[in-house]
Amino acid sequence: MSMNNQGRPTDIRSTTNSAVPDTVTGNRGLQIEEPLIFEQDASGRCGVDLPEVPAVASRLGAVKPRAKVGLPGLAEPQVVRHYTRLSQKNYAIDSGLYPLGSCTMKHNPRLNEKMARLPGFSDVHPLQPESTVQGALELMAELGRWLTTLTGMAAVTLAPAAGAHGEMCGIMAIRAAHEAKGDTGRTKILVPESAHGTNPATAAACGYAVEAIPATEDGRVDLEALKAKLGPDVAGLMLTNPNTCGLFERDIITIAEAVHAAGAYFYCDGANFNAIVGRVRPADLGIDVMHINLHKTFSTPHGGGGPGSGPVVFAESLAPFVPVPYVVQDKDGSFRLVEQAGDGPAFGRMKAFHGQMGMFVRALSYMMSHGADGLRQVANDAVLNANYVLASLKDVMTPSFDGPCMHECLFDDRFLKGTGVTTLDIAKALIDEGFHPMTMYFPLVVHGALLIEPTETESKAGLDQFITALRALAERAKSGDAEYFQAAPRLTPRRRLDETAAARKPILRWTPEAAAEKVAAE
Amino acid sequence: MRYLPLTEADRRSMLAAIRASTVDDLFRDVPKAARLSGPIEGLPNHMGELEVERTLSAMAGKNLPAGSVPSFLGAGSYRHHIPATVDHLVQRGEFLTAYTPYQPEVSQGTLQVLFEFQTQVSLLTGMDVANASMYDGATACAEAVMMANRVTRRKKAILSGGLHPHYRDTTTTDARFIGFETVVMPAAPTGGEDLLSQIDGDTSCVVVQNPDVFGHVRDYTDLGKACQAKGVLLIVVVTEAMSLGLLTPPGEMGADIVAAEGQSLGNALNFGGPYVGLFAVKEKLVRQMPGRLCGQTVDADGRRGFVLTLSTREQHIRREKATSNICTNSGLCALAFSIHLSLLGEEGFTQLARLNHAKAVQLADKLAAVKGVEIVNDSFFNEFTVKLPKPAAAVVEQLAERRILAGVPASRLFAGELEELLIVAATETNTESDMDAFAKALAEVLS
Amino acid sequence: MTIKYTKDHEWVRVEGDVATVGVSDHAQHQLGDVVFVELPDVGRQLQQGKEAAVVESVKAASDVYAPVSGEVIEANADLENDPSLVNTGAETTGWFFKLRLSNPAELDALMDEAAYKAFVEGQA
Repeated sequence: MSMNNQGRPTDIRSTTNSAVPDTVTGNRGLQIEEPLIFEQDASGRCGVDLPEVPAVASRLGAVKPRAKVGLPGLAEPQVVRHYTRLSQKNYAIDSGLYPLGSCTMKHNPRLNEKMARLPGFSDVHPLQPESTVQGALELMAELGRWLTTLTGMAAVTLAPAAGAHGEMCGIMAIRAAHEAKGDTGRTKILVPESAHGTNPATAAACGYAVEAIPATEDGRVDLEALKAKLGPDVAGLMLTNPNTCGLFERDIITIAEAVHAAGAYFYCDGANFNAIVGRVRPADLGIDVMHINLHKTFSTPHGGGGPGSGPVVFAESLAPFVPVPYVVQDKDGSFRLVEQAGDGPAFGRMKAFHGQMGMFVRALSYMMSHGADGLRQVANDAVLNANYVLASLKDVMTPSFDGPCMHECLFDDRFLKGTGVTTLDIAKALIDEGFHPMTMYFPLVVHGALLIEPTETESKAGLDQFITALRALAERAKSGDAEYFQAAPRLTPRRRLDETAAARKPILRWTPEAAAEKVAAE
Repeated sequence: MRYLPLTEADRRSMLAAIRASTVDDLFRDVPKAARLSGPIEGLPNHMGELEVERTLSAMAGKNLPAGSVPSFLGAGSYRHHIPATVDHLVQRGEFLTAYTPYQPEVSQGTLQVLFEFQTQVSLLTGMDVANASMYDGATACAEAVMMANRVTRRKKAILSGGLHPHYRDTTTTDARFIGFETVVMPAAPTGGEDLLSQIDGDTSCVVVQNPDVFGHVRDYTDLGKACQAKGVLLIVVVTEAMSLGLLTPPGEMGADIVAAEGQSLGNALNFGGPYVGLFAVKEKLVRQMPGRLCGQTVDADGRRGFVLTLSTREQHIRREKATSNICTNSGLCALAFSIHLSLLGEEGFTQLARLNHAKAVQLADKLAAVKGVEIVNDSFFNEFTVKLPKPAAAVVEQLAERRILAGVPASRLFAGELEELLIVAATETNTESDMDAFAKALAEVLS
Repeated sequence: MTIKYTKDHEWVRVEGDVATVGVSDHAQHQLGDVVFVELPDVGRQLQQGKEAAVVESVKAASDVYAPVSGEVIEANADLENDPSLVNTGAETTGWFFKLRLSNPAELDALMDEAAYKAFVEGQA
């Protein structure tokens, strides 16, 4: 059996002192219990008023109209209250510090929302004649220009819908480039152990064998190990820079040279671009292809898990392999879309239509707001904030590596040794203090990882409060108060949830049958 | 810079706490050759809200919003009325600015929404289980094919000629790079294709669309039975979710997997994205499903709560053995879908679907009366194909000059082929006078 | 009837030419609460050391390798309904599958109970 080291504690340690005060309703002040929409159904109730359906002869052909869907009926005020109450059970950037490492949870400016909702962008159909969407195409071209300028790259595709989709696009381009050279013997992609899970998943999905590169003592790629693995069977290297330990790969130029000397391509996972935007151009590091998460560096909202947007930039070496569709500007200044791959080296497509336009508008609005000077300041402040957190916690927690970090700082759980408190427990106790936890148990290269990325949009006062809370928790853990941690969180709408039960007998939807059983049981 | 809270005094005191003299010290691991000494050239410096708004509004002003003129475009993206409540709720910061709900104690809002969304999608499609959304309908389609390959341990997908070409191409791109085979049937604008004879021992799935890209309404019940007999999965694609309020759901026709586009509910046209892919399966296939899943459980006090579950399928655990490399979903668009559907309810959703169909019938009658125009379909929901006496792309351009967005020329989707065909959609947003204006202008352009 | 173990924490118990396979009690402890077990189809030919099954806890999925080669003749249907059997009876009721040995000599290289115990202690 291959013991997988991603495991982390998930059991609920039950406690006798329930956090729930005994109210008649189960509500607790501003925390209001909210049933499912399906439990609020009344037949004949509706939240919209529609015109009468004109009497026409059906043209559905042989298919019989559907008898019933089974949706619940609610009036508009009920719907508003339902989602408002649900929203109040969420932590969000708007409410406080959200220091998830590698996720870049920065402020989402509302100007961007307003711009994305201009009817000229939001109310345009993707297949309108090009003459009626020149502004939309211009916006895509302009966003592409910002991205290629910031990265120093030759070409860009805006099509990928998210970071992992961008990775897929980049690896496809690498494969296409090798195939175009008739070089079919390259079967491997090298991926460092510290990589985000999407990297090996992407390489494997594209039919490559994944070979892990170990890390050195100082948290970087082991250059000698990398060189030893490079050869005529390697298609490319996927590397995150700054890496997932929050460290800049010092040897990156040497790495790029070695990769190129072996005839392979260098893919960079741009998830952590926020650390270096405006200060370093990835092209100057020897990178051939990189995706950019607009929902990280360029602040398009995460929206509870999406939508994202993952444009990919290409150096000259891979520029001919940009997938369709893409925008070109003709000599007369007008823009048009190239939508068919044809017989050229371009491939595609990767999704319907032209990419996540709504995210393009938000990202460009963000870039223009900052400008070249402001983006450089973004990187400076993001790195400064992370180093300030690192410096303020290093005496009570255990930093995994020496020296300054980039935009995020990594600790491991050595400081908890012998306390009976785990990384997970610290995270849950942090929730009671009013903070979203940091990224836990990732990267996998250290034990019980705690990865903190404050971003540049946090104030010093906000960081100081977070630091004070985390210092107090670290000291409390060492003082032997494990039970306090194991019962956390106490003050949330729900306490620790039974993930084992959820996975053993999955309940993935509401059903009328289950509802009837519940009523019968009560 | 209005988004950066640190003052110069803050920066100085923080650098002192770190024992660094300047922020440049913190970038000392960057190779000297790659360090930029100042702002990147070729880009402007920062701008105020007013200036940004002015610049972007000017770009937006160069586009013709579909809602400002009579508009009949569909082909995978549909203009429906979105109640004001939807966008208001979607913009609540607690939804908008939250991350993926990996910490369930502080994410019950998003999680309950996803549980309700999964239930709504299951009901609409007539399937047992749905996931918490995919990027869009086309990527959902490609993921469905890859899932069928895993389930059947076979490697050949048969793609109907009625499948939206963007969905087809997204799937064949994956086929080329991921390494499976596709049989792409020729476009069949007038209907009828023999998918069954294509099935052999290597076939993992047959992918069909309903209504198909030309608008035909199909009954795939017999195909489903035949597939089942051969151990082949039936994948049904739906690009117009509104049709599920009126047509037999794919689940009742024997679909094993449904891959659909949910944009029609709650989501604006947005020039093609972001949209929301719907993905639903039969119960027995749930562990082979890609994407996030939300499940019901209880908390330490025994109260009902929700968590992301069955996550061992996903990339962050299984890495190179994951069912898919997907990480992000389309959470906020799924929320908009869910709110819109909650407002509609059973009565509203089914009535809206009937209204869409009636509008399309009215439009078909009006266009059929135009000389030289032939309705290709004998069945449709809210979209159908017309045959014109001249190339549709040119007609569409001429109509756009008259400020009418007439539909999608089939040649735009089929790489220049089928140039006389125009795919036309009508929704509840089209008034009778819109339709009259369209018919009149079309008659003028064709005469 | 003897039980033998692999370095990958599978156990195998042989009666005649039929081998019953599962994961060790030690492995079960390491995994935590098991939520799902994916078993090989009856009739499948397994190769020693190659992937045979998958065992999942909430946050981890691990491959189970065939300790010996052979054809699968039965999979433990009880695990489908109650994967927690792996936790409560890893080396008894929580068995994974039975196979018909194709090369009994492969057993010789596996550890006996005492050797496995020493191996596990050595790893800790």
